[in-house]
Amino acid sequence: MSADSQPLLARMGPVLAVLAVLFVVWYGSAMALNAPFEHDQNQRNGVEDLSGMAWVGAVLNQKRPVLPAPHQVAEELYATTVKKKITSKRSLVHHALITLKTTLLGFGLGTVIGILLAVAILHNLALERALMPWIIASQTVPILAIAPMIIVVLNAIGVQGLLPKAFISTYLAFFPIVVGMVKGLRAADPQLFDLMRTYSASNWQLFWKLRLPASLPYLTTSMKIAVAIALVGAIVAELPTGAVAGLGARLLAGSYYGQTIQIWSALVMASVLAACLVALLGLVDSWARRRMGQQT
Amino acid sequence: MTDLAVESASPRHQADSDTQLAVQAKGLSLTFETADGPVHALSDINLSFDKGEFVSFIGPSGCGKTTLMRVIADLEQPTAGSVLVNGVSPQQARMARDYGYVFQAAALYPWRNIADNVGLPLEIMGLGAAERRERVAKNLALVELTGFERKFPWQLSGGMQQRASIARALAVEPDLLLMDEPFGALDEIVRDHLNQQILQLWNKTKKTIVFVTHSIPESVYLSTKIVVMSPRPGRIHSIIDCDLPRERDLSIRETPEFLEIARRVREGLRGGNSDER
Repeated sequence: MSADSQPLLARMGPVLAVLAVLFVVWYGSAMALNAPFEHDQNQRNGVEDLSGMAWVGAVLNQKRPVLPAPHQVAEELYATTVKKKITSKRSLVHHALITLKTTLLGFGLGTVIGILLAVAILHNLALERALMPWIIASQTVPILAIAPMIIVVLNAIGVQGLLPKAFISTYLAFFPIVVGMVKGLRAADPQLFDLMRTYSASNWQLFWKLRLPASLPYLTTSMKIAVAIALVGAIVAELPTGAVAGLGARLLAGSYYGQTIQIWSALVMASVLAACLVALLGLVDSWARRRMGQQT
Repeated sequence: MTDLAVESASPRHQADSDTQLAVQAKGLSLTFETADGPVHALSDINLSFDKGEFVSFIGPSGCGKTTLMRVIADLEQPTAGSVLVNGVSPQQARMARDYGYVFQAAALYPWRNIADNVGLPLEIMGLGAAERRERVAKNLALVELTGFERKFPWQLSGGMQQRASIARALAVEPDLLLMDEPFGALDEIVRDHLNQQILQLWNKTKKTIVFVTHSIPESVYLSTKIVVMSPRPGRIHSIIDCDLPRERDLSIRETPEFLEIARRVREGLRGGNSDER
């Protein structure tokens, strides 16, 4: 009945089918979007369009296509990860690691701030009424608009490098943590609260022995969401910092110079990174659920 | 001289008998204010019973039996009247951890194994690890759960979970055990077995037990005193003494004495319900 008991192929089937459809659509779109440029080029040079497979080959192997074909992105990825030293400025791994560092720092800060805010809100109802509207409002401000301000303001007071970028990740990541933790800290069965009262437990004991453990699955689920948006925050933060390093920088540099293949490979790298982070936290989450006695 | 001795002894005797009371409620009322208007959960409850008794609250849903128990446990505050638990206020009794409370659901902490669940109140009391271990082992043995220390609640049957929660209440070593329909969710076979166990436990430990139930045979089988309650407003209809011998086994349920008390309880319940019509 569970997914685990099915053979691997049966489980992978739907995933592979979707992937196949995706590739067909992608190649089709690449043909449709890149063909006009190839045609114009030929006309300008007074050359006849190629025909058959040669035409397809030409369209799908342009240097600066409107939409790069999957194999072009794969080639670029291979060239910039496996064939380049990590220390090289042209290595995508080098840039991904910089973004990862920003993401993790921002995510860590966001988690800590989120938990502290949730605890404060829990112990003070007035604080909930005072803080919650601001916390929600903070997320309605477009991050692209506020990111340069944060960088500029922090730069003015002498904070540079990793930290300002991480703050932008934090700005996005703390939100799901606060919301999840406020809910989680109140989530335990009312009878368990009654029980604590019959033991005349102190607030401190109530927090450590009931509220906190009961909130753990809520925290790990929130962290799964938070890490993905922390990555988005890190990439956005790399844009106004002058596009020196990181996946965001690769995206920006790519768009300056019309290097669509570079943009796409950075995008693929970013989503691989996000998938790995979310999967990792997914493991933590399911561990926490099992440990806290939730049967899934 | 002898007269004087008797004179001076008598007030002392009076004081002694007062402290022998496990619960003493006078004119107790509790009204919940709800959006639909006030709900009279308890109305003018007068009830007292001695330490060492086994008292059942029986009545239909909404008669306030659980609420009355929660007042005794200081989980609800009465709106009128007074109540003493072991001679002190419910709050003082709670602070002194004078009672153990067993809920209808086992209410075990899902992230703690059985030993850690039973040890939880002891951790909160600040007992050392050695004494905790000793008390956990002793009380798990009492409910026949030795060997299940490392199991998690979901690995146990409903009956075993409820026994673990009883062990947890006993671990505090309270004088008073408050049990709110502890076997309500269990099937009859398990229930009979646990009823026997709880009687043996009561005999062995000489604790006072207050027991909320829906079941007439259960109340007669277990109790020394049966408090029949009726709903809207929640009040005491009658208090029936149940003077069967302390040592009872399940076969007592076929004796005429047992059936006679059961009949009186049933009549009390019927009377309590017809009152409102």
